[in-house]
Amino acid sequence: MSRSRPAIDARTPGALESIETSAVDVEPAPRRRRGSLWAWIVFLLGTAYFIVPLIATLGVSLLAKPAFAAYSTSFADARFLGSLTYSFVIGLITVALSIALVVPTAYWVRLRAPHLRPVVEFITLLPFVIPPVVLVFGLIKAYSRPPLPFTNSDLGSSALLVFAYVTLSLPYMYRSVDAGLRAIDIRTLTEAAQSLGSGWLTIIVRIILPNLRVALLSGAFLSLAIVIGEFAIASYLARPAFGPYLALLGGNRAYEPAAVTLVSFGLTWLAMIAISLLGRGRGARSRIQIAGAR
Amino acid sequence: MSFLALDGVQKRFPGGVLAVKDFSLAAERGEFVSFLGPSGCGKTTTLRMIAGFEQPTAGTITIDGVDMTRTPPNRRNVGMVFQAYALFPNMSVADNVAFGLKMRKRTGPDIKRRVVELLELIHLPDKADRYPYQLSGGQQQRVALARALAFEPTILLLDEPLSALDAKIRVALRHEIRDIQRQLGITTVYVTHDQEEALELSDRVVVMSDGRVEQIGTPFEIYNFPATAFVASFVGTLNALEAKVVDPAGGRLSLGDHEVRTTSNLAESPGDLVTVAVRPEMISLAGVDGSAGDAADPAGLNRLPATVDDVAFLGSVVRVKTLVGADRTPVFIDTFNNPSLAVPPVGSQVRISFPPEACLVLGRHAVPDQTDALAAAEAML
Repeated sequence: MSRSRPAIDARTPGALESIETSAVDVEPAPRRRRGSLWAWIVFLLGTAYFIVPLIATLGVSLLAKPAFAAYSTSFADARFLGSLTYSFVIGLITVALSIALVVPTAYWVRLRAPHLRPVVEFITLLPFVIPPVVLVFGLIKAYSRPPLPFTNSDLGSSALLVFAYVTLSLPYMYRSVDAGLRAIDIRTLTEAAQSLGSGWLTIIVRIILPNLRVALLSGAFLSLAIVIGEFAIASYLARPAFGPYLALLGGNRAYEPAAVTLVSFGLTWLAMIAISLLGRGRGARSRIQIAGAR
Repeated sequence: MSFLALDGVQKRFPGGVLAVKDFSLAAERGEFVSFLGPSGCGKTTTLRMIAGFEQPTAGTITIDGVDMTRTPPNRRNVGMVFQAYALFPNMSVADNVAFGLKMRKRTGPDIKRRVVELLELIHLPDKADRYPYQLSGGQQQRVALARALAFEPTILLLDEPLSALDAKIRVALRHEIRDIQRQLGITTVYVTHDQEEALELSDRVVVMSDGRVEQIGTPFEIYNFPATAFVASFVGTLNALEAKVVDPAGGRLSLGDHEVRTTSNLAESPGDLVTVAVRPEMISLAGVDGSAGDAADPAGLNRLPATVDDVAFLGSVVRVKTLVGADRTPVFIDTFNNPSLAVPPVGSQVRISFPPEACLVLGRHAVPDQTDALAAAEAML
């Protein structure tokens, strides 16, 4: 009988793991405290970086006499709410179109054409390289005459604005969606859906999109934030958007631009929160889980 | 005509890798067939071709007499269970089970009735509103099974469904899978690299290696009458001893100074080297003087002197590692655990014996790679 064998040796399952685990657990406490202090410093600096300009803007907006006069004047101007509403609507259409374009593309590239990924990534990064002014001049040149005279009508110009914004939001939307797809086992989910009788459209609409909820929301927020304040493209296409309105206001008034900036900032955040709440459907209760991972 | 027939199926991936070579199988309605083999042997690729996720580069696949070789997966009416469960995270258990029925445009009451039926079948009637992340691995896999069965597929395919589960749940769930399969009488193809699973569950086992079918047979045939050296080495633990042919017609060999008799009519010539393979459970252990062994040590057994190197209790089985011959070849002996029997101490001289019919003679050039089997046996000691 092998009674001489030690009770636990290197071959005992878990023996080495438990040793390694205990080694990891014994971390010196002072180092952890130092790390925590640095984290707080970085956090406070980051917060100050965002908060200080807002406080300064608030201060400028309140310099008008009487107090809050800048706000009341701004709200009284119909162009303020009109331009903001226009930009929101354009932003929402942009988000919808971006999702319709990016989700199937990123899904297909991941599933069937991974070798094309670098090409698609390069294309989606182009808006970082091409300035909006160049983009809008290109669009005007291409679409102001037959066969596609978009700029000849208000609707056509707005459509052109949406297309330009879809291009601008590509880097953000593609990266968000791609990261979301990486977090789920799309190949197995797709095959499971196929074996149950689903076609491609059903798979994208009922399986892929609901499981990309968080990624889509983050892409949508970024796209919306860019669209709301965009100036160059909207201005050259002569659209009644919020960016050109703000620039016009800044050239003629002293305190109102600061008030309008703060109000639009708040409204944009409210819109994002609303989208986030709307996005919390039934399936949002389910966490995105990598299939099979425990 | 067979219910599921694969005829000369081949799969060559872009880049030239030949994953499956000339695979043929005829499975009857209601049969449980397992594909067994090591990683990369082509078993999952073959299953995926049956499911329609991969296209064969040659050969045909017919299901119930219909050629399905080029039919897309969503039109094959084949249920599939994946190793990674693949439940839709955004849907509740009930919605997951109902998904296939909705795709087939079944009516609401029909779907509801079928979901309840299936959840009862998998013993999870109270989990209909849960989401996959709220279930254990075993529960998720049972839901995946219910989902695959809900729309009454013609064939059920299972791709290593128990691999991600812990040992106890794995055993319980495989019994459940077998019970459900028998109850429904559905033709099932099961992919596994776990021989115990394949032998216990299957009506027939297809042993595969390097993209080829090595043997198709019942678990009894596969274990006791392996057709190739690979099957002999892959299924179960095998002791391999190198011996020299003495009398080919009489099946007599020499192992050092000792004679080993087999029931084989050997094709080799006298003096050729061959490998004698013997299952651990076919070998008996006795003291060097013949004591402490089988009460009746019948004549006609092959007997070899050995030294005990290690002893391990594996619950109901005691595995003794002995060293045989001048080159100290390891020979493992499995015997049922019986507290009333003394186990020889490590280092003691013993005699091992086995009947001629337990010897499987493998040609010199077909010596099975014992590395994995021996490593597994060593790991248990």
